[in-house]
Formats: sequence, structure tokens, C-alpha cells
Amino acid sequence: MTTEPKKNPPLGRVIVITSGKGGVGKTTSSAAISAGLAKQGFKTVVIDFDVGLRNLDMTMGCERRVVFDFINVIQGDAKLKQALIKDKRVDTLFILPTSQTRDKDALTKEGVDKVLTELRAEFDYIICDSPAGIEHGAQMAMYFADEAVVVTNPEVSSVRDSDRVLGLLSSQTKRAETEGSDPIKAQVLITRYDETRVENGEMMTVEDVLEILAVPLLGVVPESKAILKASNVGTPVVLDGPSAAAQAYEDAVSRLTGKEVEMRIQGERRAGLFKRLFGRAS
Amino acid sequence: MSLFSFTRKKQPKSAQTAKDRLQILLAHERSSSGAAEADYLPMLQRDIVAAIRKYVPIGDTDVDVRMERGDQMSSLEINIDLPRIGKSKDS
Repeated sequence: MTTEPKKNPPLGRVIVITSGKGGVGKTTSSAAISAGLAKQGFKTVVIDFDVGLRNLDMTMGCERRVVFDFINVIQGDAKLKQALIKDKRVDTLFILPTSQTRDKDALTKEGVDKVLTELRAEFDYIICDSPAGIEHGAQMAMYFADEAVVVTNPEVSSVRDSDRVLGLLSSQTKRAETEGSDPIKAQVLITRYDETRVENGEMMTVEDVLEILAVPLLGVVPESKAILKASNVGTPVVLDGPSAAAQAYEDAVSRLTGKEVEMRIQGERRAGLFKRLFGRAS
Repeated sequence: MSLFSFTRKKQPKSAQTAKDRLQILLAHERSSSGAAEADYLPMLQRDIVAAIRKYVPIGDTDVDVRMERGDQMSSLEINIDLPRIGKSKDS
């Protein structure tokens, strides 16, 4: 495998996918965003920072192919290129799984820095899938980031935790500590958005969430059956056929790369009247 | 009923795929070798590099170990980049 850098130097952007709260869709979003970027031709790697609770490999469908992991690389037991798993569907996509057996103290700041520096020289986008919480693993995932995607559900504890994480991003990261460098560009990605419940006043609106968090919006991913189905089969949702969720992620990915895409919120339940009366929700 | 089951049969249900994937993975992770594996693969790789170096000068990164786990059997793929023969003086 000769992966010489292409004619243009790689972008080398490090993006952390974080949230504070667990179960809001960090890994799903990491998989979808990294696959979406790779689909657009960017050389992309997605790294699992959840040491001890490896799950990105299952979401990406490469769990049977893990030989070496992020921790092996940090500890010098394997070279980076040996631990990178090349995706079988998109040839610009790579996965760096984490260890299932070590604990999170194995993530040293120096080790993470070394791996990310090496990846920056080779990849356009480096997506860091953060563990839940705000402890060591999550801090390591965000420390070297250039950008952050804060995954938030329109629900009180998720929004509260996102606010906390936004505070950490602007204080406990390399960019925050380095004088003269731009702060991390943080954007919120609202997931599990249910327009019907919003209309009924049972769920906070996008505007409500943005008003509280006061950061730009990257996208709105509707509650969608396509998400569980994609996770069942180990395929990032953007590679698993058309769906409202896939479209929302594709739009978010385009915005990440700097394209202007109109914000459209399309729920799966917004089917036409005919379908609503006679068809089955699919 | 038979008509419906016919239309439904077209593709396997994703829930079944999820269950199958988990069973294969967890059977592996629960076994004693699952935990030890993280340690033996790097060592295996080091040994392979050392063995080949007895005969051919290769670098640490010239050996590539890949694995594909299946429910019946797993395969280990080892690729070794050998240096071009005939240029040994310089470099």
C-alpha cells in the first residue's frame, strides 16, 4: 500500500465529536460524518477514544478486522499504519480502533499528540470520537482539536451537559491554552429531533436549543429508524441507502467542509397525507 | 400470510444481522484468548521481524499483520515488504 500524499498537502483538520452526556449519538455521528467526508473525496480517519469500551468498530462494521489499536500505537507496540483499518466501502476512509482491554490512563497527552501529528500529515480530516463524560478520555479527545461537533438531543440533561462541554472546549484545550491561537470552532449537531413532538410543544425547538447554547448550528438529524438499522448491520448511515437521517448528515458534512447548505429539517414522519393515512411509516 | 412472508423475505432483517454480529464478537471477547490477544499480536509481529532480519534487512514497518475473524475460523494475513535485491552497499 503506497499512500503517498496527493498533489495537494492534506488539510490535517482535527475534529472532536463530543457531548458530555452518553447515548446522544456521538459514535453514530462520528461514523456518519467520517464516512460522509470520505465519500466527498477527503482522506479521513476516525479514531475511537473510548478506551475499554470499544464500539466504533461495530458501528463501522470492522470489528472482525481489529489487530492493533490506538493504545498499541501510543505504547510503541505497533506502527500507526499497521493499526489503521481501511474501510472496504470507501477507499479514502480509515478507522483507528481503541483497546478493549486497557484502561483510559493509557491515553497520554504526549502519545495522543504524536499520533495526531502523524495523522495530520497524511489525512484531510481526523475525527475523534469522544467517550461520554468529561474525564480523562473525553479531555484527551478534545485537547488537540481544531473544531468540535457537540452532539445534543433536544432534552434538558443533554443540553445542560453540552453547555458544560462547550465550557471545557474553550478553556481546557490546547487552542485555549496557546496564546494567540484561534479558539476551537464549536458547532452543535442536534440529533433525535422529532418534528411532530416539536409541533405539539413536547420537545424544545432548534431555536430553543441554540438560544441556550449560543453556538452555531451544524445540522439537525431527525429521529430516524434508519439509524438503528445502519447500526445493526455495521454501516455508517450515509452509506446505507437514502434516508432523512443520511441526508441530514450529508448536509452537515458539507457545512463542515465550508459549503453553504440551506438548513432543512425533514422528519421521517412528514410523509404526505396519502401515505400518512394509508401507508406504513417506514 | 404466505404472500406477506414472501414479500418480506427479500432481504435479511437487520436485527438478525445485529444479533449474529454480536454473537460472533462476544464469543471471541469472552474467551480467554480474547483478552490475551492484544498482547500476543504485537509480540508475534516483533518475532516475525526478528526472524526475517536474520536473513534480509527489513525495517520495523515492513511487516503488516492483518486479521479477519469469522465464526468458524479466523485468518491471519502477514505481508512482508522485502527490499529490492542488489543494492546493499549504500543507505
